[in-house]
Amino acid sequence: MSGTASATGADGSARIEAAFAAARAGGRAALMPYMMGGFPDPEGSLKVAAAYADGGADLIELGVPFSDPLADGPVIHAAATAALEAGTDFEAVLEVCASVSDRLPVVLMAYTNMILGGAGPEDFGRRAAAAGAAGVIVPDLPFGEDEAVREMLAAAGLAVVPLIAPNTPVERRAEICEIAAGFVYVVSSVGTTGERGELPADLTDLVEDVRRRATVPVAVGFGIGTPAQASEVGEAADGVIIGSKLVRLIADGDGLAGGLEEVAGFLSEATAAMAGEGSPPVR
Amino acid sequence: MSQGEPEVAGRFGPYGGRYVPETLIPALDQLDQAWSEARVDPAFTGQLGQLRRDYIGRPTPLYLAGRLSERIGHRIYLKREDLAHTGAHKINNAIGQALLAERMGKPRVIAETGAGQHGVATATACALLDLECVVYMGSEDIRRQKPNVERMGLLGAEVVPVEAGARTLKEAVSAAIRDWVANVEGTHYVIGSVVGPAPFPALVRDLQRVIGDEARSQALEAEGSLPERVIACVGGGSNAIGTFTAFIPDEGVELIGVEAAGEGVETDRHGASLSAGRVSVLHGSLSAVIADQEGQILEAHSVSAGLDYPGVGPEHAWLRDTGRARYPSVTDVEAVNAFRELSRLEGIIPALESSHAIAWLLAEGATGQEGFDLVCLSGRGDKDLAEVLGLEDRA
Repeated sequence: MSGTASATGADGSARIEAAFAAARAGGRAALMPYMMGGFPDPEGSLKVAAAYADGGADLIELGVPFSDPLADGPVIHAAATAALEAGTDFEAVLEVCASVSDRLPVVLMAYTNMILGGAGPEDFGRRAAAAGAAGVIVPDLPFGEDEAVREMLAAAGLAVVPLIAPNTPVERRAEICEIAAGFVYVVSSVGTTGERGELPADLTDLVEDVRRRATVPVAVGFGIGTPAQASEVGEAADGVIIGSKLVRLIADGDGLAGGLEEVAGFLSEATAAMAGEGSPPVR
Repeated sequence: MSQGEPEVAGRFGPYGGRYVPETLIPALDQLDQAWSEARVDPAFTGQLGQLRRDYIGRPTPLYLAGRLSERIGHRIYLKREDLAHTGAHKINNAIGQALLAERMGKPRVIAETGAGQHGVATATACALLDLECVVYMGSEDIRRQKPNVERMGLLGAEVVPVEAGARTLKEAVSAAIRDWVANVEGTHYVIGSVVGPAPFPALVRDLQRVIGDEARSQALEAEGSLPERVIACVGGGSNAIGTFTAFIPDEGVELIGVEAAGEGVETDRHGASLSAGRVSVLHGSLSAVIADQEGQILEAHSVSAGLDYPGVGPEHAWLRDTGRARYPSVTDVEAVNAFRELSRLEGIIPALESSHAIAWLLAEGATGQEGFDLVCLSGRGDKDLAEVLGLEDRA
């Protein structure tokens, strides 16, 4: 595996924040496409990462496949199952990370059991940092739960990105913003990951509230599946995360090459729409 | 801290916790609060007590099984949860949680089920309290437990087949949790065992401990002393925790939880999380889980759908670590033999789950002491007839 263990916690956060700042300087919110590591298979997954980097992504969210992903809807769940069936292990995901981490920040998305159930948080953090990962999102490690895990990941040099849901109480939002590193991940609507026809009407209010409280950028994910939605969310937020839509394009594409073509087309439309509709408000 | 009690809120030693998406945190806080209030509210406990007596049929008998005792050479008492309404201990939890859902103003209830007993119990409680009920069930379990599927339909519940993975209990729990994440505002998740994120393991234990509370006083009344061994089967572990809890302070009483060895714990087809699992997170809590070295959850196997689960309640992992309880296992073949043996010896057809507890006793035999044993017969076996007779046809 390539990559060097140079990152510190602050360094991971700084790299992520710099990517958001660069996108803003370019007149739009940052685009962070999600991909499932090892999907459709470890080799194909390297090509997906390259396509994201080539297609205008500012950061990449890289999923570590887990057998029982409770926060994910059917598309990403199926991709995780397929990745595992194709023989993907953590090492294979780290290879994907290392293949693009010198081009843009990579934020791992790993369920707690990939961190605790394997060799433990220190080992996970050390290997992730060595592969050039800038941060980690743990969707089933809510604020206040097992703080030692968060601390060990941060000590390894990773920005530990917390999530805020639409039903997170206001006081709790404030506490989460206080410990946030890299960025705050705002979940657009209750439910699992997956495309939604409509985003909640009060999403903008939530994003604005979190932006006021947080000192790091605020990105929105869950349910964003069209360039128009990306553009709409990008007017309020610092970053837009698109997952299931892109994973589905790969899954349903005419072979991997066909899927990659669809992905490139979508990313180009999304970045154009986000740039056209105005940039996120300056703080 | 006393053994078996959470060290800090939501934890049993290192086990337990709330490893769930942020969206569920407010609902778990609300549930924790609601249960803390309800359990000491005379209006709630009064209503629960009345339903236990008049509707579930509690206390269930403690029966001295004469011919089984003779066969083993030791007095054996069966705690007859098979005689509770709907035929298993699951109703104790379902009624309590459905009352809690009503109290929290949640009109919709969801549940998972493996053997179908918890689904039937939840559907029953929802019919009683006029709540909407949706039950997630793996399609393999739907095949194995057809009578219970039909029962749930009659009771007005919607049974949603789950096609993911091995199409058994693990996937049904995951599907129920995903439903809850999406519909958390008006929905309560009646989890069926002492698993899941806090406060579920403690809440379900509190509702199931009636088994051991009754059994302990019944034993004292019948024998004037406490049992030598208290034995129960363990899948998720709710009938075992329910039976053990009253006896945990009684240090002379040995607590034995019998896991499903399936085709053998040395094979990769078993359900013995405590014997052969690793410390991992499954369905929101840290416990003993059948998983690989990277933390991927593996498929469990047991002839009994209720024990076909790769995890176990976090309190059991703690009772194991502290040495207060021990957890042997018995194979599919031993369990099916016990199923047949108890039917013929006592005229009681046990659930395949409960047959594991009987099987351990048949294999282990007498203690050589003067005392007696107490076994939780957690459910009746009518639901398993097709499966057992099918096995005989295939043999």
